[in-house]
Amino acid sequence: MKNAIVSLLAVLFGLIAGALLMAVTGSNPVAGYTYLFEGGLKSIERIGNTLATATPLIFTGLSVAFAFRTGLFNIGASGQMLFGGFCATFVGLTLDLPKAILVPVVIVVGFVAGALWAFLPGLLKAKFNVHEVVSTIMLNWTAYWVVYNVVPAYLKGSYETESRPLPPNAQLRMGWLSDLFGGSYINLGIFLGVLAVIAIAFIIDRTTLGYEMKAVGFNRHAAEFAGMAVDRNIVLAMVISGGLAGLGGVAQYMGNAINIQIGHLPTQGFDGIAVALLGANNPYGVLLAAIFFGLLYSGRGYMNAMVGIPPEISDTIIAIIIYFAATSILIERLISRLLRKRREKRDANAESGRA
Amino acid sequence: MWQLISGIFPYAILYTIPLLITALGGLFSERSGIVNIGLEGLMVIGMFSCAFTIIQLQSVMPNLALWIGLLAGVAAGMLFSLLHAFASINLSANQVISGTAINMMAGAITVFLARNITGSGNIRIQRGFTPNEVPVLSDIPILGKLFFTNAYVTTLVILLILLLSSFVLYKTPFGLRLRACGENPQAAEAAGINVRRMRYIGVLISGAFAALGGAVIIVTYSGEFNGSAAGLGFLALAALIFGQWRPFGVLGATFFFGFASTVANVSQVIPELKVIPPVILQTFPYVVTLIALIIFSKSSQAPRAAGEPFDSGKR
Amino acid sequence: MEHIVEMLGIRKEFPGIVANDNVTLQLRRGEIHALLGENGAGKSTLMGILFGMYQPDAGVIKIRGKETKIANPNVANDLGIGMVHQHFKLVHNFTVTENIILGNEPRKGLLYDTKSAGKRIAELSKQYGLNVDPDAKIEDISVGMQQRVEILKMLYREAEVLIFDEPTAVLTPQEIRDLMDIMKSLKAEGKSIILITHKLKEIKAVADRCTVIRRGKLIGTVDVATTSEAEMAKMMVGRDVSFTVDKAKIETGDTVLRIDSLTVLNNKKVPGLKSFSLDVRRGEIVGIAGVEGNGQTELVEALTGLRKPESGTIWFNGQDITRYPVRRRIESGIAHIPEDRQKRGLVLDYTVEENMILEVYYRAPYAKRGLLQRNEIRGHAERIIRDFDVRAGEGAASKARSLSGGNQQKAIIGREVELDPLLLIAVQPTRGLDVGSIEYIHKRLVEQRNKGKAVLLVSLELDEVLGLSDRIAVLNNGELIGIVNAAETNENEIGLMMAGIGKEAESR
Repeated sequence: MKNAIVSLLAVLFGLIAGALLMAVTGSNPVAGYTYLFEGGLKSIERIGNTLATATPLIFTGLSVAFAFRTGLFNIGASGQMLFGGFCATFVGLTLDLPKAILVPVVIVVGFVAGALWAFLPGLLKAKFNVHEVVSTIMLNWTAYWVVYNVVPAYLKGSYETESRPLPPNAQLRMGWLSDLFGGSYINLGIFLGVLAVIAIAFIIDRTTLGYEMKAVGFNRHAAEFAGMAVDRNIVLAMVISGGLAGLGGVAQYMGNAINIQIGHLPTQGFDGIAVALLGANNPYGVLLAAIFFGLLYSGRGYMNAMVGIPPEISDTIIAIIIYFAATSILIERLISRLLRKRREKRDANAESGRA
Repeated sequence: MWQLISGIFPYAILYTIPLLITALGGLFSERSGIVNIGLEGLMVIGMFSCAFTIIQLQSVMPNLALWIGLLAGVAAGMLFSLLHAFASINLSANQVISGTAINMMAGAITVFLARNITGSGNIRIQRGFTPNEVPVLSDIPILGKLFFTNAYVTTLVILLILLLSSFVLYKTPFGLRLRACGENPQAAEAAGINVRRMRYIGVLISGAFAALGGAVIIVTYSGEFNGSAAGLGFLALAALIFGQWRPFGVLGATFFFGFASTVANVSQVIPELKVIPPVILQTFPYVVTLIALIIFSKSSQAPRAAGEPFDSGKR
Repeated sequence: MEHIVEMLGIRKEFPGIVANDNVTLQLRRGEIHALLGENGAGKSTLMGILFGMYQPDAGVIKIRGKETKIANPNVANDLGIGMVHQHFKLVHNFTVTENIILGNEPRKGLLYDTKSAGKRIAELSKQYGLNVDPDAKIEDISVGMQQRVEILKMLYREAEVLIFDEPTAVLTPQEIRDLMDIMKSLKAEGKSIILITHKLKEIKAVADRCTVIRRGKLIGTVDVATTSEAEMAKMMVGRDVSFTVDKAKIETGDTVLRIDSLTVLNNKKVPGLKSFSLDVRRGEIVGIAGVEGNGQTELVEALTGLRKPESGTIWFNGQDITRYPVRRRIESGIAHIPEDRQKRGLVLDYTVEENMILEVYYRAPYAKRGLLQRNEIRGHAERIIRDFDVRAGEGAASKARSLSGGNQQKAIIGREVELDPLLLIAVQPTRGLDVGSIEYIHKRLVEQRNKGKAVLLVSLELDEVLGLSDRIAVLNNGELIGIVNAAETNENEIGLMMAGIGKEAESR
């Protein structure tokens, strides 16, 4: 409950800061926000696009949140997303199978590839205590260069800088779904995303696996003492986290877009950190935060077109929200102190009542 | 072969210097006990402030504008780093998250402001520093050819800062106290040192140095702000670990990266290197860093208290 | 000026607790004044105020008759007050000299001058018989020597008032005697000393007067020579304290644990435990006595599976468990009450019920096919809370963090006992607890022994080891010095063994 309040307050502060920024640079915040939200919600097509934009964020948010529960910082969601999406695209462009088979196949490939990319940092952390922040960043750039070289060499599309477009049987897009949302690029990804949220929530709360991971994240010494295989849990957490990010890549490059571009580390990876933080590392919180961020991103083009406010305002607002969420301890302390004062008063009354 | 090396060297140094000063910034911060993941964002702040200042002044005072631009970068970096300092020191926030927030904010705000100014999000300056021969030193055999013939004045400034940093860190009372804050802040506090103030200074220095690193990029080899530091801030972090938190260790690590990256960049133009698939050379620095991290993991000299919020009065 | 330090009517509150409630302490010049109280009574807080680490909410401090505010440790230092902390405030990779001059460095231009400081430190060291090498790195010297570095820190700053916070926890009985001698020689040189402790014997040995605090309140100040230990204990605790544990003599059963020539490396890759052998039988409590850092940690970690031994074997219940992983040992019947309840024993952010299944969550009935069974888990926790008198605000759903130290420890003991183990390893089971909890825990340990379990007790409190154990094994420097029957030995004999002198050498 406390977490929800903190997150909402952070959002509020971020939006206020954004308004200030708009005003200071000579634009009208009210108009700005109106067009921003309209851009994401005004028509059924726009709603579809908002959900689709949110989908990779759901996955990267889950990815970071899941790793964080075990005490790990997965800053490598970008690279894992890129590599997962890349491998899935490769398979999608190479294998020719009916859609009902190919799509599940590429989804699995995306998960496995992302998982693999996170496996190494997990192993290095478990065995050598190499800090995962640095190792995942190194792998981010490795993924970047691998894609940079392999795509033009084997998957080249009409430009040097992107791959061929995916054939329909490899895409996550479904005709009836796009039609339902007025031609939007919404795709199966969103359903996958929601399923992932439910699955992860289940794992964390109800299974022995979740119990172990949380224990390791809270206090690895106690976990060790109790006989849990800490190393295995660390690696497993990274692997699942990487797989989730990989699915984000599948959603992005085989649903939202239908090809993959080089020279670009997907920002959704870092945004995933923001989503996880705002969602307080809770799967359902992540879902809500991802949709909110999706809205900020999908509406900004319209806002830019209507009132000329640079689209980077969305990035800025998100970043500021994160800063407030990171410094949420201030809000937390205030709330804690209020609650405690109330409890002390209640206890004191009870004491004096008894005496 | 010699042609190859002496040809590459100036570029290697060019690439090394911004990395070096940024990593030194990270060194001061971590030595005081605060982990600063936000070096990347601080570099971007420096790049933006420097480029912005220069284009305002470059038509009026072309040479001085560059120096003022550097100073503007430093000032902006220090200001921006206050956000991280406040969150980490006063609010005991998670330092990795705070640093990440810095990166995101820097990237977003700078491009937002740039777009408002130039409409495109990029800022290009007319001209930067030109490389020159350093008198006297360039006559030294071998070393002179390698280091002092095509040198930028900023390189010398940064190297001077390196020497100063090493001196301050190990020989002055300030350095002793700073290091104490990073190893055992409770001991420092009991000795009467204001740990919070020391840590603020450490973070401010990292803000100043990292921003300077970004600014140097603008006035030497890039000439254009485009909203990103291409991961150099993170590479500087890796160099810090690689260099085991010592100034000259960091020098070695950053030079290694500089050299490796330059080789990767020019490999296609050089017949001997053309046979190596470019992806190997491009990922070489990152892979080697990973290996180095493994090797150094057992004997890490990381400041013991780095990353832990300081609980005043804790026993 | 009769009193050099006066703390009058001091009050200090922390969130939720009044640490000092109208406490008065007056230190005469040239006296050794003890500050006595149980763990958590408020002694360290009071001295923290004197040393400038906290500010009092009410009350007055007078130094040499003049009313002063001590805003921070620097001010305290300038007033001539120094403190040897319980947990040393030393930077591990600095030298002794650098640690001592930190914050107060002699300058030579822009540099700090270690040479002149080093010379003065060497002089002081000789003058007081402290035997410290100014150029040694802290991480390379012994704990006893580190403590003497802390003392040197105070002398270097010309402190006149020296505060010692529980200084003897890390020392052998001999080193304790040496420290007492050092204190007496400091007193002879005109220093005034405050000794914070809960150890009555030490107070009787060196102190002139003693101020007793209980639960933040001042109970009284007495003249040590004319007050008995029993009287002081009664003031400290509030009721008569029995110093002995009720233990009936019972027959021991067959050997359950056999340790054979066990050698274990410590964190510095040097043998911390050397060729150690010991048997433990059903129905007995075997105590491991020794000063902290003499191999106990390595022994316990090797027994529980947290550290791999270099050589030797461990036989348990007929099996060679030397290479077993932690979980398998727990499943074989070994339970462990860890030394550090917050680091190893509990996941503080978990609830009590989540903590009570820490070792068994994956087994039926607490899990079925990987899914946690909430009802069973809750029932288990409620049983432990009831049977082991664990006071938790919201019962099984309370966060472990919200429990007091004593209740956390009772919960851990309950959890381990509920495993129905064959061997119960208890390490420092009563550290930091109030007397009531200590008595309770002692009773439960004896109960397990009476039921026919084997109990291995590792403790730094000699009284506890002597009182509870049937047999005592003494460790010094990683080696087994000897094994004696508790009924046939005394503190002096054990003390000698803890210092490394075997039974045979006891002649004087």
